Amino acid sequence: MAKTVVIDPVTRIEGHAKISIYLDDAGTVEDARFHVVEYRGFEKFCEGRPFTEMAGITARICGICPVSHLLAAAKTGDKILAVKVPPAAEKLRRLMNLGQITQSHALSFFHLSSPDFLLGWDSDPAKRNVFGLIASDPDLARAGIRLRQFGQTVIELLGARKIHAAWTVPGGVRSPLSEEGRQWIRDRLPESFETVNLAIGLFKNLIDNQLQDEVKVFGSFPSLFMGLVGKNGEWEHYDGHLRFTDSQGDIVADHLSEDDYPKFLGEAVEKWSYLKFPYYKPLGYPDGIYRVGPLARLNVCNQIGTEAADRELQEFRDRAGGVPTSSFFYHYARLIEIVAALEQIQILMDDPDIVSSRVRATGGVNQLEGIGVSEAPRGTLFHHYQVDENGLIRKVNLIIATGHNNLAMNQTITQIAKQYVHGPEIAEGMLNRVEAGIRCYDPCLSCSTHAAGQMPLHIQIVGSDGKLVNEVYRN
Amino acid sequence: MSVKTLKIDGIDIAIEEGATVLDAARQAGVPIPTLCHLDGVGDIGACRLCLVEVGGSRRLLPACVTEVAEGMEVQTNTPKLQEYRRMTVELLFSEGNHVCAVCVANGHCELQDVAIQVGMDHSRFTYRFPDRGVDVSHEQFGIDHNRCILCTRCVRVCDEIEGAHVWDVAQRGAACYIVSGLNQPWGEVDACTSCGKCVDACPTGAIFRKGSTTGEKERDRAKLDFLVTAREKHEWTR
Repeated sequence: MAKTVVIDPVTRIEGHAKISIYLDDAGTVEDARFHVVEYRGFEKFCEGRPFTEMAGITARICGICPVSHLLAAAKTGDKILAVKVPPAAEKLRRLMNLGQITQSHALSFFHLSSPDFLLGWDSDPAKRNVFGLIASDPDLARAGIRLRQFGQTVIELLGARKIHAAWTVPGGVRSPLSEEGRQWIRDRLPESFETVNLAIGLFKNLIDNQLQDEVKVFGSFPSLFMGLVGKNGEWEHYDGHLRFTDSQGDIVADHLSEDDYPKFLGEAVEKWSYLKFPYYKPLGYPDGIYRVGPLARLNVCNQIGTEAADRELQEFRDRAGGVPTSSFFYHYARLIEIVAALEQIQILMDDPDIVSSRVRATGGVNQLEGIGVSEAPRGTLFHHYQVDENGLIRKVNLIIATGHNNLAMNQTITQIAKQYVHGPEIAEGMLNRVEAGIRCYDPCLSCSTHAAGQMPLHIQIVGSDGKLVNEVYRN
Repeated sequence: MSVKTLKIDGIDIAIEEGATVLDAARQAGVPIPTLCHLDGVGDIGACRLCLVEVGGSRRLLPACVTEVAEGMEVQTNTPKLQEYRRMTVELLFSEGNHVCAVCVANGHCELQDVAIQVGMDHSRFTYRFPDRGVDVSHEQFGIDHNRCILCTRCVRVCDEIEGAHVWDVAQRGAACYIVSGLNQPWGEVDACTSCGKCVDACPTGAIFRKGSTTGEKERDRAKLDFLVTAREKHEWTR
C-alpha cells in the first residue's frame, strides 16, 4: 500500500516547513517534497509605503539575516535616487555584510548543523541540538557561540543594534564606525580566526572519514550555480555582476546585471508550497535548476582574493576532485566563507574610510524603478521596486536566496530519502537525515521561530486510499 | 491680577486667574499626561489624556482647558483616571496603524512615551486597521495618516504661529482626517511656507521629513518656544 511520510515541522532551520515523503506499495521512496507552509506577504503590504522605509520594513522579514534586506533595499533605493553612494558608505555596508556572513554561517554550522555531525544522526533527538553540543564539547560550543557573537557585534557597532539595525539608507548609511568599535573588532579577530580554523579542521576530518557517504548522497547532482563575482571574477558579496557556471566549472553566462534578472530568471509556482521555484530561463522549468549560497559563490568565483581563504578554496576544490557539486559541501563552503569574511574585515580595519563622516548621499526620486542585489549568507537576494513620482511603492518583487535553492532542496531530500528511508517502519534517524538535507542549504524561511532544544515532529502514514493509517507526534 | 488658590492631589497652589488646571499642576510639579497640548499654541482638549477629577463636578474635566477656580480640589491620579487614561491610549493605538518597529519616530514618539507612562502593555481593543494614505507630494516633508492621532497640533501651530493655516480637519467621527489646503496634495498647497513647524509639533511619526528612516525623526521643540517668546515678548534669544 502506498504511503506518505510527513515531517512537520522541519527542525533546526529558520522558518516553518514540512517534508512529505511518498512511498510506493513496496515501501520504496518515489518522491519527496519540501513544503514551505508559511506566508509572510511583505510584497503586498509594502505597497503604498515611501521607498525610503523599505530597508527598515524588509529587515523585519528575518531576525537572522536582516542585514541582507537592509543592503538590498538600500541598493534599490540608491537606484531610485540615481546617486552613487560615497566610498566610505560602500565599505561600511560591506563591513556589515561581512559581520553578517560570519554570524549567520557560525549559527548554521555550530548551533544548527554540527549536533548532527558531532553527536550522530541517530543520537537522542532530545540532546541533538546546541545544548547537547554544550554538554558534550563545551569548549567548541563556546567558541562557536563567541564567533557568532563577534559577527553580531560588528553589526551592532555599526547599526547600534544586533538585529534589525535600521542603518542602511538609500544613498549610503547613517553613521560610520567609531574608533572604539574599530579597536574592539581588531582585538577579537585573532580569536575568531582560531575558531573557524578549528571548525574547518574538524569538518575536513569528518568528510574524509565518517561523513564520506553523506557527501555522496546529500544533494550530489549536477546543476547550475549562480552568484555575484567581482570585476576580475573574484568572490563577491555586495556588488559586482552575476555569473552562472555549470557542474564542470564552465561559465554558462557572465557579466549579467541584476537589472536584467527577468530576462534570465523565471519563477514557477507549485500548489503545494508558498515558496516560489526560480529557474534559469534559457533552460526552462525545471531543467533550469541552479543553486546559490556559499557553495555556489565558491564555485562561480575564480578566486577569493585573500591568502588564507584562497588556500582553503584550492584545498576545497582538490578534495572534491573538481567542482564540488554535493550540497553537503555547503557546510564546508560556509566555513571557508567565514575565513574570507574575517580576512576582509581585517583589511577594512586598516582603511581610513570606515571612520569617515561622508557616508550619505541625498537626492529625490529620479528613477521610478530600481533593482538591488546583494549576497545574503544563503545566496543572492533581489529587491525590485516600482514607485510613483513621489516615491511611494507601487510594486515589490523579492527573490529571496532560499527560493533559488528550492528546486535543489527538493532534489536533495528525494535523493536522501531514496537512500535512507525504507518503509513501513520509519526510524527517527532516517528522517533526521532527510531534514539535514534541507539544513545543508541553511534555508531562511522566515524570522527564525523554531525553538532550539525542542524537536517536535509529526509523521503521518497515509494509505493509498488517502486514509490516515498511523500518526506519530514527538514533542 | 487676582490669584486663585486650589489643591491638586492635596498640594496647596496659588496661581493667577485664568490659568488652567494643567498650568497649575505643572507649577506644582504634578505630572499629568498630555498629547494634544503643545506649549505656545491654544488648547482644545482633544486627546482626553489630561482628564482630572474636580470636587463638585460629576464629570471628568480636561485639565488643559479647565480654568482654575477658588477653592478647587483636583485629583489627577485616581484609579479611575488611571484606567481611563490607559483605555484612551489603547483606543488611540487600535484606531490607527501604529507600527513602531518601522516608524520614523520610533524612540522619539510621544504616543510611545505616554503608552509607557500609563502602563499600556497591550491593547484590549480590536485593531481597526483602517485604510489610510501617505502624502509625500511635498518636496521636503510627508504626512502618513496611518500614524495620525488627530491631536491637531499641526493645525494649530501652522495657524497660530506660522499664520499659514495649511492644515485643517475634514469629515467627522472615525472618518476624520487632517487635510492640507482645500483637501489637496500637500505639495500643491501654495499657502505652505515649508517652515517645518508641523514636523516639530507632531507628537508621532505622522508628519516627517522625507527620506527619514526608522527612528530618525527628531524634533526641534525649542524653536517653537523661541518663536512664541519672540512674538509675545519681543525677545529673540534661544
